[in-house]
Amino acid sequence: MTPPRFEAANLTKRFPGVLANDAVSLHVEAGEIHALLGENGAGKSTMVKMIYGLMRPDGGEMRLDGQPYSPAKPAEARAMGVGMVFQHFSLFDALTVAENIALGISGMRPTRALSQKIIDVSNSYGLALDPDRHVQSLSAGERQRVEIVRCLLQNPRMLIMDEPTSVLTPQEAETLFETLRRLAADGCSILYISHKLDEIRALCSRATVLRHGRLVGAADPRQTSARELAEMMIGGAWNAAGAKAMTPGRARLEVQNLSLASEDPFGVALKEIGFTVHAGEILGIAGIAGNGQTELLDALSGERRTAPGCIRLNGAAIGDLGPTRRRRLGLCAVPEERLGHGAAPELSLGHNVLLSARTRQGLERRGFLSLTRARAFADDVAKRFDVRSSGVHAEARTLSGGNLQKFIVGREIAQNPDVLCVLQPTWGVDAAAAAAIHTAILTLAADGAAVLVISQDLGELLAISSRFSVIADGRVSEPRAVGDVTVEEIGLLMGGQAGPSEAIAV
Amino acid sequence: MELIQAIIASIIVAATPLAFAAIGEVVAEKSGVLNLGVEGMMIVGALAGFATTFETGSPALGVLVAAAAGTTAALAFGFLTQILLANQVATGLALTLFCLGLTALAGHAYSGQATPPLQPIPIPLLSEIPVLGPALFAHDALVYLAVALALAAGWFLRSTRAGLILRAIGENPDAAHAIGYPVVLARLMALAFGGALAGIGGAYLFLVQTPHWVENMTSGRGWIALAIVVFAGWRPERALLGAYLFGGVSVIQLHMQAFGIDIDAQYLSMAPYLATIVVLALISHDKTRQRMNAPAALGRPFFQSS
Amino acid sequence: MIRLEPRPTASTAMIYIAPAAAILLSMAAGMGLFWALGEDPVRGIGMVFIEPLTDWFYISEISVKGTPLLLIAIGLSFGFRAGIWNIGAEGQFTVGALAGGATALALYDMEGLWVLPLMALASIAAGMAWAAIPAFLRTRLNTNEILVTLMLTYVATHILSILVHGPLKDPTGFNFPESRLFHDAATVPVLFEGARAHVGLLAAFLVVAVAWLTLRYHVFGFQMKVTGQAPRAARFAGFVQPRAVWACLLISGGLAGFAGMLEAAGPVGQLVPAIPVGYGFTAIIVAFLGRLQPLGILFASFVMALTYIGGEAAQIDMNLPNAITGVFQGMFLFLLLGIDVLTRYRVRRIPRRPAPSAALRGA
Repeated sequence: MTPPRFEAANLTKRFPGVLANDAVSLHVEAGEIHALLGENGAGKSTMVKMIYGLMRPDGGEMRLDGQPYSPAKPAEARAMGVGMVFQHFSLFDALTVAENIALGISGMRPTRALSQKIIDVSNSYGLALDPDRHVQSLSAGERQRVEIVRCLLQNPRMLIMDEPTSVLTPQEAETLFETLRRLAADGCSILYISHKLDEIRALCSRATVLRHGRLVGAADPRQTSARELAEMMIGGAWNAAGAKAMTPGRARLEVQNLSLASEDPFGVALKEIGFTVHAGEILGIAGIAGNGQTELLDALSGERRTAPGCIRLNGAAIGDLGPTRRRRLGLCAVPEERLGHGAAPELSLGHNVLLSARTRQGLERRGFLSLTRARAFADDVAKRFDVRSSGVHAEARTLSGGNLQKFIVGREIAQNPDVLCVLQPTWGVDAAAAAAIHTAILTLAADGAAVLVISQDLGELLAISSRFSVIADGRVSEPRAVGDVTVEEIGLLMGGQAGPSEAIAV
Repeated sequence: MELIQAIIASIIVAATPLAFAAIGEVVAEKSGVLNLGVEGMMIVGALAGFATTFETGSPALGVLVAAAAGTTAALAFGFLTQILLANQVATGLALTLFCLGLTALAGHAYSGQATPPLQPIPIPLLSEIPVLGPALFAHDALVYLAVALALAAGWFLRSTRAGLILRAIGENPDAAHAIGYPVVLARLMALAFGGALAGIGGAYLFLVQTPHWVENMTSGRGWIALAIVVFAGWRPERALLGAYLFGGVSVIQLHMQAFGIDIDAQYLSMAPYLATIVVLALISHDKTRQRMNAPAALGRPFFQSS
Repeated sequence: MIRLEPRPTASTAMIYIAPAAAILLSMAAGMGLFWALGEDPVRGIGMVFIEPLTDWFYISEISVKGTPLLLIAIGLSFGFRAGIWNIGAEGQFTVGALAGGATALALYDMEGLWVLPLMALASIAAGMAWAAIPAFLRTRLNTNEILVTLMLTYVATHILSILVHGPLKDPTGFNFPESRLFHDAATVPVLFEGARAHVGLLAAFLVVAVAWLTLRYHVFGFQMKVTGQAPRAARFAGFVQPRAVWACLLISGGLAGFAGMLEAAGPVGQLVPAIPVGYGFTAIIVAFLGRLQPLGILFASFVMALTYIGGEAAQIDMNLPNAITGVFQGMFLFLLLGIDVLTRYRVRRIPRRPAPSAALRGA
């Protein structure tokens, strides 16, 4: 009997205070697309880092085609035929496609011969790429192609894909699946990491499920229901967010003709955006990262200013006001980045409430801060939103992602705003925290606030919003009732009408 | 004509230490490290080179020791910022302040002493071209070396695999580390190169410009070299041109009176510093250009988490 | 093998231990330096660090050196916190001295309690104006303030030199490049008869107290903290970055200018080309050594002033060059920056990795 393509036995990795991988075993056959499934923090990343040579296991062994395999660094892994496509691309914006690819291959220089090879490989797998373009001008889907082509040029025996669809439109994802199936048919094994059940059920023939660093079991995703897989992942009953609040009242937030150039030379400009959010409703805006979401939130929060009439709050023009005055009038916002934008990493929670709650909570009088009141408010937020920390003196960076996100969202909700604008409310947050955040947002809307949620997570938006639109290349589509749209339609909108992703040759 | 010939020749002499320091700093900054200690590395190179030349009588040996001293100072900076993760701005300042103090103390014994100057090596044929020949092709070896290094460093960064890796590290060290490149080692090497060149630049001061050891004799050249790096858009060849430009500013002011322009020499001696400010203001105005050329990770600490 | 590991929260103990350790290590290194110079190490260190503390005259002199360091470092600390690097305080100090001194000379022989405050205002305004140049260039043209502030230091030194060689030269002097001695009403009063310690020290203490209150309780101090560690969070909080740049540069420029006036109208008593003696640069070290905290800076400026006086004593007694002070000061900062890693990271000794084959057998 031929040994499996890849085999890991009892892999163990310890970090201070955590056992990230506790004697995890798995095997992947040649030509198999194998899912590695688990919630955020389940130990998937640690596992693949060990397989790719970025970390050394503290115990256990690995074999590749039956031979002992223990790469000390990624270059060794690559030399032995293991490639990896990262979730956050390890690409260099200021370098060209060919230079980026050369960097990933030992001893390669970006020559004309390499460029030709890139074109050949990308054509044979339906991954159109121009070797001379600078990476900064590529879309997320094209960047991923660079990573894949880089791996393919080294004739991999096994390819690791880490959450590959998190940045893709449904159509781009479908193209990717096609490529992966073709690769598998050519005999390359694929280790596919994800927590998205539907795509795993569509793509993979076997799945290994991790939870809290332990192996929960293996399953055939095509034979197992999504519910069962989800329960394996989170180890308990699955709770979706509550019912939709839908009693639209007066217009609270009105955006008209909002155009704004990006501050970032490689960013996306906002183009003639217009929509209205009413009291009691949640408007969801979907879109792939890098289509103007950050710019839109900056314009709404007041970090960037526009002409007064572009943004109206309860009828008053606020486009030219800064964040502090907008908050006083009743508009609060939650940015995407937790550490460094929504919270200052090295300040305590008691100090972090001073960022956004100075006026509405009376934490500042004539320029002087009331630290006592700030701590009391922080304590209040932590209690109400179940933020686990060592107390209000804990620095923001010591909190886990989910807890910090609950704190930041809670800090804004606790100020009872008339309008709340949230970008990526549950990005990288565990399921329990995500459910708590969704509930809090729904309650706020039910109490009469207007909420705008901008997210890449379609499931999230479809679950909580009452109306729904899509942002692509700085334009926001006409909002529609959630019941009226299909996922396919959303996908087309997300691709944009003239976006670069249309030019995919399948 | 004689005057123009002399002026061009002296511009090149004035520019060469700036060129060495700036080319070295371009390479160091391309790796993503902002070393503000150029002034310190230059002065250490100057003193070490002077002492060596004085004791042995060999300018060549002096240049080597100057390079070694500059490298040592750069590696001290590298140890603090890359291994102990100290703030790069503060450490660069500390390096300069420390080196200025140390050389003032250690150089005390040498003040007032003189060394033999570096002999010019006229290039056959080329140096016989009227006017331009003596102005451009009758210099010492270090002038030619600076030109060669600018071209070599430009070629290295553009066309070699090692240069590509270095640029990648300066662009995104986390990604470079993820692929498996030794970020810290590469940065230390780039810093060492920058230190060696700054050291040689310092040595040039006594080898060609004034044959004495004078406390604080770099008098801000290291800082001007840093400005040249910005001016040059992080390209070695342009750094060489930038150095000639700044050298020109500092030399022309000396010749103003010869051209019949009667301004107090004191006013004119402010010219290089004012010129630096003006040039920086003009260059940095264009934010997009800055973003395209400057290494994206410049000055940011890199912590290797695994 | 030894490796670094980030601490969950910065070690409180290390925040205080690190500067102390830096000073002790500098003393140890200094002993090596004295030994290398052929002097008795113990005596050398004693002379620099202990002896000045045994005599009231020296203590008064320490306050004379410490006052400008304290004023400048407090000003710089706000900007350093926020990532705004004014390293040209020396130049702002110089133009402050020049403006204060020029005011004194213009009002020569005029009596009145208003003369000195007017000089102070002139010096603060001049320091601010000098710092406004980099503030304007940074906020409008995105120009790096590090290089601009530094270049302006060289320019300021030249201007001072030009003026004392020309318009401000003492008309009754012997063509020396120095101004008249300031008259009494334009001289900073001393604290005690016969000593050079002056009332500027009290002003510096006041500045420390105000800075402490601002940093802890005022929204401006909060803004500086946030801007330094998370510029985007600062903007989210409604703080405007250009305003922070202006505020930091004007505060540090004003305080440096004021310190320059105190120096010229205090211990020096006239304008001379050698008024800038490096306080502006040393204050950078003071600010870091004091952890950018007002009380820490108070302590650090005392230690730094001590090395000045001790260095002078060593210079006289052991016939060593004055530069020894600079070496000590550079060493403080260098060692502090190195030791500082321990406040944010902890050192862990981890056993060498077992050879791959051993790992396999163990599995």
